[in-house]
Amino acid sequence: MDHATAGESRGFYEPRGKGGVASWIFSTDHKRIGLLYLSLITAMFGVALILGLIIRLKLMTPGNTLLSPQQYNALFTLHGVIMIFMVVIPSIPASFGNIFLPLHIGANDVSFPRLNNFSWWLYVIGSALAVASIFTGNGAPDTGWTFYVPFSERTSTNVSVAVIAVFILGFSSILTGLNFITTVHRLRTPGMTWRKLPLFVWSLYATGWIQVLATPILGITVLLIFAERVLHLGLFDASLGGDPLLYQHLFWIYSHPAVYIMILPAMGVISEIIPVFSRKPIFGYNMIAFSSLAIAFAGSLVWAHHMFTSGMSDAAVLVFSFLTFVVAIPSAIKVFNWLSTMYKGSISLDPPLLFALGFILMFSIGGLTGLVLGSAGTDIHVHDTYFVVAHFHYVIFGGTGLGMFAAAHYWLPKVFGRMYDHGKAAWSFWLILIGMNVLYFPMFVMGVQGMPRRYYDYLPQYAPLQMVSTWGSWILAAGLVLMFVNLWRGCRSGPPAGRNPWGGATLEWTLPAPLPAEAFHEDPPAPEPYDYKGVHPDA
Amino acid sequence: MPEHASAHAGPTSDALVRRDDQGSKIGMWLFLFTEILLFGGLFLLYASYRHRFPAAFHSGGKTLDVFIGGLNTVVLISSSLTVALSITALRRGAKRLCLGLLGFTIACAATFMVNKFIEWSAKFHHGLIPGSEHMAQLPHGEAVFYGLYFAMTGLHGVHVVIGASLITWVMLLIRRGKTTGENYVVLENVGLYWHIVDLVWIYLFPLFYLIS
Repeated sequence: MDHATAGESRGFYEPRGKGGVASWIFSTDHKRIGLLYLSLITAMFGVALILGLIIRLKLMTPGNTLLSPQQYNALFTLHGVIMIFMVVIPSIPASFGNIFLPLHIGANDVSFPRLNNFSWWLYVIGSALAVASIFTGNGAPDTGWTFYVPFSERTSTNVSVAVIAVFILGFSSILTGLNFITTVHRLRTPGMTWRKLPLFVWSLYATGWIQVLATPILGITVLLIFAERVLHLGLFDASLGGDPLLYQHLFWIYSHPAVYIMILPAMGVISEIIPVFSRKPIFGYNMIAFSSLAIAFAGSLVWAHHMFTSGMSDAAVLVFSFLTFVVAIPSAIKVFNWLSTMYKGSISLDPPLLFALGFILMFSIGGLTGLVLGSAGTDIHVHDTYFVVAHFHYVIFGGTGLGMFAAAHYWLPKVFGRMYDHGKAAWSFWLILIGMNVLYFPMFVMGVQGMPRRYYDYLPQYAPLQMVSTWGSWILAAGLVLMFVNLWRGCRSGPPAGRNPWGGATLEWTLPAPLPAEAFHEDPPAPEPYDYKGVHPDA
Repeated sequence: MPEHASAHAGPTSDALVRRDDQGSKIGMWLFLFTEILLFGGLFLLYASYRHRFPAAFHSGGKTLDVFIGGLNTVVLISSSLTVALSITALRRGAKRLCLGLLGFTIACAATFMVNKFIEWSAKFHHGLIPGSEHMAQLPHGEAVFYGLYFAMTGLHGVHVVIGASLITWVMLLIRRGKTTGENYVVLENVGLYWHIVDLVWIYLFPLFYLIS
């Protein structure tokens, strides 16, 4: 099992060929592409984070401060568009998924390495166009990330460029999903049956299907927005007989499954981390794997719960509300299985586990408040209020975000072969967790009290909580800066991490750190991914 | 457990590049799903609007030329046949025949586009231009019918052009000996793509031309 090329190897990021930038940006190596994604996603995250902080700063006090209403509209639109399509959708699959999915199944690369590089380029082009839409045309898009008609058809701002950017980013996402599904089907090492797949792979597999089957609907929807703006086909234009409500249906047919594209890979990461740091086999492997597929399937049938107040028959409301409750079941299955895995385990509270536990807490709050939104009666009250904003940020930032950070703390030492400072990582975790709750929990309260989302100004009664929320954004930002600095310094100049710092049993931990250019010279035997007998941390 | 890909290592592959025809075809089928769903969004709109404006869709359908539409259907189905035949020809080593069949397919694609051009020109001639005053004055259902007609046949036309370009590309590969009777998965995948283009039209034709 010794695949090491000993000595001072810099692994897969050692210069090769002619070296230089070209050996990265045209690389077909899944590990390099994963790092390319990771760096761009991090950069876009930084941009959208700053936009979010500015929005919070503006909302700290009521009245006409800091931004004009138009600037405010553009800012929350861009914060949403960048965060959703450029950060959260690709986040874990495109970065850590690209690096570790092939290694988890004992393959040297994905099925279509060149397509993988192409999908990264599509991501770059899409991101560049999205950024260009801010500075060109008649000003940055101001529709909100949902591009609702009729406003998106009529506004003079640069929506056309933005929706084309979203189309291209969607294409990139499709190609990643397609690549992963094929890879899982074709490149598993002999003996790696479906029931020996690491749960991270299961979650990426389920995600891949959503990416392939749901994203084209977004593609056609944004193309139609473009066509409506340029050609005036009238398909969503009520003055020509079109129905704006159908736009909302099409949009959410993609965009609701898309939240499972966002959360499923994070759940996969958590399923990897919890057993390793509990030194116990994962509890309920079959149910966790099955629940990933169940979420992918059921999650595709609930889109209209975003539209309870838009106008629908009572029968449709009932059905969509019921199905929404159904999706909660597989999510809860996962949470209970994680907790059961930890029960009577030998738990070490290392940074990856801290972030994973943060995920469970935040996801549970976000998930349970999602049921408040999913049940039609209560939704009427809190629809389009801060309650939705809080719910979404708990699930996506508290869930996917913390899952991503957990993955970074778990796997970056493997990628670079160097360890970050554990104390600082723990500090950054607590700052982030406290910051998130101070930032978003007041929004639940304000939402219940009736504070609408996306409003430029608010009544004085909301002022105290708005102020608290903004303080939270600063705590959160401080934690994030500390975390990124700590990870960056750890990856560059930390002490050697060793081959298997956490004592993981999946295949990537049998490889040297930093990861070598070619992982497996011959097909490795398939391990029991959650059997820790005889596997010990070596650092 | 599917057969592991390393078993497919072709004669031209080096240590890192493994040939996996089965994998390539899985990838292509997944891509075809995305194409179906891309059109699926439009079919959903069609279903919804047809339900809402049955009379307008009826009269709109009557204004389309069933002869040209039918001709185009025959042309596309024939082109799908020749693509399928070209694969068999290549596998049997008849390279020239294969190229000839693919050339015929491209000619069919061109015929289809010329017919589409004639049809659209006639519509434009009658003032049925998206965004025009005339369209705005039509009864609501009819404007939506023509909007959908242009959107769906237009998107399909784009796919015909892409498909023809792909066939041209695979012809070059065959001529250069990169795609051969032993290594023809590219031709198969391009053929699959062409069939989906064909299949979409087989649904578009009755929905717009015949149900009235």
